[in-house]
Amino acid sequence: MNSAQIIQYCLSGITVGSIYAIVAIGFNIIYNTTGIINFAQGEFLIVGAMMAVSLTKVVPLPVAIGLAVVITTVLGGLVEVVFIRRVRDASVLRLIVITIGVSILIREAMLHIWDEKVRSLPYFTGTDVSTISVMGAHISPQVLWVLGVSAVIVTGLTLFFRFTLIGRAMRACADDRMAARLCGINDRWMVTLSFMLSAGIGAIAGCVISPVTQTQYDMGAPLAIKGFTVAILGGLGNSIAAIAAGLILGLLEVLMMSQFQAAYKEAVSIVVLLLILVFRPSGLFARRDLSSLRAF
Amino acid sequence: MKARSMGVCGVLVAGLILGLAGCEKKSEAPPIKVGAIFSVTGPASFLGAPEEKTAKMLCEKINQSGGIDGRKIELIVKDSGGKSENAVSLAKQLIDEDKVLAIIGPSTSGETMAIKNICQEGKTILISCAAAETIVNPVASYVFKTPQKDSDAAKCIFKAMKQKGISKVGVITSNDGFGMAGKAQIDKLAPDEGITVVISETYDKQEADLTGVLTKLKGQNVQAVINWSIVPAQALVAKNMKQIALNVPLYQSHGFGNIKYVQAGGEAANGTVFPCGRLLVADSLANDHPQKALLVKYKEDYEGKFNEDVSTFGGHAYDAILILAEAMKKAGSTDRDKVRDALENLTGFVGTAGIFNFSAQDHGGLTIDAFEMLTVKDGKFAVYKN
Repeated sequence: MNSAQIIQYCLSGITVGSIYAIVAIGFNIIYNTTGIINFAQGEFLIVGAMMAVSLTKVVPLPVAIGLAVVITTVLGGLVEVVFIRRVRDASVLRLIVITIGVSILIREAMLHIWDEKVRSLPYFTGTDVSTISVMGAHISPQVLWVLGVSAVIVTGLTLFFRFTLIGRAMRACADDRMAARLCGINDRWMVTLSFMLSAGIGAIAGCVISPVTQTQYDMGAPLAIKGFTVAILGGLGNSIAAIAAGLILGLLEVLMMSQFQAAYKEAVSIVVLLLILVFRPSGLFARRDLSSLRAF
Repeated sequence: MKARSMGVCGVLVAGLILGLAGCEKKSEAPPIKVGAIFSVTGPASFLGAPEEKTAKMLCEKINQSGGIDGRKIELIVKDSGGKSENAVSLAKQLIDEDKVLAIIGPSTSGETMAIKNICQEGKTILISCAAAETIVNPVASYVFKTPQKDSDAAKCIFKAMKQKGISKVGVITSNDGFGMAGKAQIDKLAPDEGITVVISETYDKQEADLTGVLTKLKGQNVQAVINWSIVPAQALVAKNMKQIALNVPLYQSHGFGNIKYVQAGGEAANGTVFPCGRLLVADSLANDHPQKALLVKYKEDYEGKFNEDVSTFGGHAYDAILILAEAMKKAGSTDRDKVRDALENLTGFVGTAGIFNFSAQDHGGLTIDAFEMLTVKDGKFAVYKN
């Protein structure tokens, strides 16, 4: 294997890794506020991308993406108000099962609203065939968009959760709902807000990866599985770690592919998930003492 | 008292209506039940959706023009979602509960293989819309298929490659029934045709990015890539090859015969070469070509009704129903065995995929002539000229 080829493998790993990472970020937001895993996160991505594809027929691309994000954000809020808020005796497990139900509901609705066909947004820069050359290897400019957008989202989120009042209130809800309520935080709206935020970020992710992965109504689940693995690998709730974990998983998959039959690649994420759950359930980058305080 | 008499009247009227309805039904022969299993949704929906639309459209047309010997066709369509286990339970349902004369479909080779024996044991005619050769080889007496043979598709690709002096190829296939069957044919036929497969890889049918596996092909300095799948990844292959600057010709299977894949591949799809039936280039055929009239009619009917481009997959369902209708007419009955015999002896029958000549040994009925090499030029299908 020459150096150009090694770099090409790495770039390919970064391509898939960046997709996993941007999906994983959405899981973390809802987890950070509610302590639950939202398995409808993959569907939020696809709704956003589908919406944007339809809107590009009437408005320019940036406007279409903007509108799609707004609509998906509202949808995320609705999901919380209609399905999550009314649940009495809301245990974490019960809420997670509800999100799985919601994901199936959204998927079937998408099949009826749009159809079974594959769509994709145009490349943000260049076309299907444009490529950037890096020391003899090549990468699509869209991958840089995915990485760039992930970085912006993660920075934004970190600042939001650390330094704004609402962000801190959301974190307080995750730690102790009752205590947060006693401090005057409207915990119900904080949960709604976290669903809106993660739906909106899901929609952005869906739009950015759409030119690379293409978009079909039932693609949410496979993406969500990879995103979930990455979120666990990095440590739930930690978005910066999610990006690192995404790239690690992407590179691991390509390493596997370069040495063995490509068909075994799919096993990597499952093995990683099992190993991490058994040996380091708090994730690669999390502090154990802190994570032991969490409910789940 | 009044209420009671009202009630009596009501019963009488209801009886009258029922009686009338009964009479009306008696005057018309019972419909012929035909089942259909298509993957209308799921990863193979590119196949199943146009097949369902076509089948419904064609049955409607046959019924409007009087049906088969005065009997209407009742098409019972089931959606398998592309899953073999669903196909199995739906096939059992159609055979045992609906007692259909024949089953059209399923859309994919994996599903067809899953129900091949069920139909054979249930003595129900199965006309599959899936391509893998194992469906009709070995022959099961009740099982037929309408798409072209995958071994012929592989031979067409190899022939086009040899004309360009290509001998070292890399093969990638999807991990579903169609991909696996194609991979087996390529591995079997390549040595005879003087083509060396230097590397052969499989990818997941819902893959989001293929640059990794293509990098592996690039490392082997292949002269061309063959991709054999029916899934949307077909468009990804074309794009990813260009993105990693793997600038060798791309050959695809007959699974590429849907303009949506070309649109999804954008600029990158240009130059893709693949074997296909003549439906996609119907307009550019010579006027005296035996298939021309049928192809143009189907294309115009479908595109007029559904406002979307026609694909070869819908054509496979079109052929299946035409063939079944013809066999029923020839048999002059709807007895399963008589229809089966008539179907097996059907020759010179013009369909969208080619000219069918069935026999006891050949339940596919098509030869290599059913294929034309096509290419993509400026985002449209065109006949490939070397």
